[in-house]
Amino acid sequence: MKLCLLCENETEIESWLPFFGAKAPHLCPKCLERLVKITGPSCSLCSRPMKETGMCSDCERWGERAFVSNQSIYLYNEAMQSLIARFKYRGDYVLASIFADDVRQMALAASCDLICAVPLPPTRLAERRFNQSEALIESAGLAHVSLISRLESDKQSKKSRLERVNAPQTFYPIGDAQGKSVLVIDDIYTTGATIRLVAKALMEAGASSVKSITIARSGS
Amino acid sequence: MTYASFFAGRELIDEEFKTLPDEHIATRPAIHFNGGKPRCNRCNNTTNFASHPCARCGNLCTYCRNCIEMGKISSCTTLYTWNGPSPKHHENAGTLHWTGTLSAGQKVASRNVERAICYSREHLVWAVAGAGKTEVLFQGIASALSAGKRVCIAAPRSDVVRELAPRLAAVFPDTPPAVLYGGSPDRNTYSPLVISTTHQLYRFYHAFDVLIVDEVDAYPYTFDRSLQFAVQKARKPESSLIYLTATPHAEWQSEVKTGKREATLIPARYHRRPLPVPKTEWCGNWKKTTVPKNVLLWAKAKVKEGHRLLLFYPHIDTMEKALPIFKEMDPRIESVHAADPLRKEKVASMRRQEIPVLLSTTILERGVTFPGIDIAVIGAEDEVFTESALVQMAGRAGRSADYPTGDIRLFHYGKTDAMMKAIRQINEMNRLGIERGLIDR
Repeated sequence: MKLCLLCENETEIESWLPFFGAKAPHLCPKCLERLVKITGPSCSLCSRPMKETGMCSDCERWGERAFVSNQSIYLYNEAMQSLIARFKYRGDYVLASIFADDVRQMALAASCDLICAVPLPPTRLAERRFNQSEALIESAGLAHVSLISRLESDKQSKKSRLERVNAPQTFYPIGDAQGKSVLVIDDIYTTGATIRLVAKALMEAGASSVKSITIARSGS
Repeated sequence: MTYASFFAGRELIDEEFKTLPDEHIATRPAIHFNGGKPRCNRCNNTTNFASHPCARCGNLCTYCRNCIEMGKISSCTTLYTWNGPSPKHHENAGTLHWTGTLSAGQKVASRNVERAICYSREHLVWAVAGAGKTEVLFQGIASALSAGKRVCIAAPRSDVVRELAPRLAAVFPDTPPAVLYGGSPDRNTYSPLVISTTHQLYRFYHAFDVLIVDEVDAYPYTFDRSLQFAVQKARKPESSLIYLTATPHAEWQSEVKTGKREATLIPARYHRRPLPVPKTEWCGNWKKTTVPKNVLLWAKAKVKEGHRLLLFYPHIDTMEKALPIFKEMDPRIESVHAADPLRKEKVASMRRQEIPVLLSTTILERGVTFPGIDIAVIGAEDEVFTESALVQMAGRAGRSADYPTGDIRLFHYGKTDAMMKAIRQINEMNRLGIERGLIDR
């Protein structure tokens, strides 16, 4: 018997499936149903759901392409919002395992040379006890390298769109990524400001290209 | 605020205070390991843990998932308690400002509660809905506060806490209670009188000389052993524990009957009229028909007579399907359930008599009073309607002295044991009430 990581009801699995090596799911069907995957047309650069494929107006506005692409798995709906709040702010580390299979598959498909986590400012790391980006990578059974570090800064989630877009660079290179393609894995993509700054710092570390995978795509 | 008044009786983690005093603080690790097996010292969880490399202590830390909503507890977390002198109470702390009178049934219970408090014993007050169980506590609390004791009334749900608070504040004006629930402004206020959700008791340690648990049979208290642990942890080793309920579960009922559990029964209402007894009525497969014909006819007839109705449905989906059919009768008819964002507003407008008929899940089974209503339970055989749920729902009718009667219909598709037991319990209470001279005929 396995209990749902969110509601603690029993999770269901067809009785014959474990025989073929299937693992019991992390969530019960009800909780799983509330998480909506992004399917259908979306922005080729940032994964924003759209009516037709192409590039969204935001990505066009940004102009220069600091990174190759962002792929998001889920919509940032109410259920995802409370899941991420529990994972990141309450500190329920084990919730990262919900996304392990998806993250692993997408990371392998992205076929980059290196995987890098988004660092937290030092005081915030001590406050939260773990880095959510590292938790997602480690839970997926992937290895990551420290290529960049981060100065103390204000929380991105408390900022307006304008403040985010104009946020000063707080990431700086500490490792060598000369000629390597780098994959960044994080929890949410909102305006893309964070990933752009991360990509810039990685380019300074010598990266040839930067892609990102995020669990959820926030914003309309 | 002094350190004593901030810390006294509480057990806190680093995130919950700004500074620590130099003395009078005892500590213990938040997670206890027994032969490698973790147990949470705050909530007593032994099964629901996870771990991760911790950026604070540098080790692989185990954390408790059961009480994580109250602030994360890991194996590197410390719990802090105060072992210095307790804050002084106001000299009139126990002066009771209440001019009401107790019914004969309440008087007996009040005396027994006071005695249990005096001798630090356990006592159960089994009082039917509408008996007036809060008033039964006043004298006992007064003498406890006068003796310098610290008192807590805990209830499983925050709406009950918010309803109790002003009533106690009014009768103990020299001891404004600290009112605790998730997100309450009183979080760090010291008072010798605390009114709290059972959840908030996780943050207390050997704090109370008197702990009163209201609605002891209500969800989630009965099902959640860690909440029961929180109650035990919050009381002092030498303390009294008072339980209040209108519907004790079967085990306690038989303990009371065999004299194994100290209890006072108040079988009759304050207004000395018998409890209205539910009638059962077959209504066919209500899951198919949503609103069976005889239900609709009953409702229409009652509304025509000028009565207001509370209709209980076992599940949200059947209730939502039924709502449009009732709305044809009167567009002001509404439905309410636990997650309804307008829940408070709808209950308030039902109180103001602006809604003629309110459909509800079991969320309104207890704690609400609407004067002069009739009750129907549709699908009374459904498993969510336990004996105590049915007794509680029936207890919504006939509560006011001006309208002490009321029609209660259990519409069913096959009678259940729970239905028959509920009716038997209500009849038994009326019989006892008459026998003890608590009911006028």
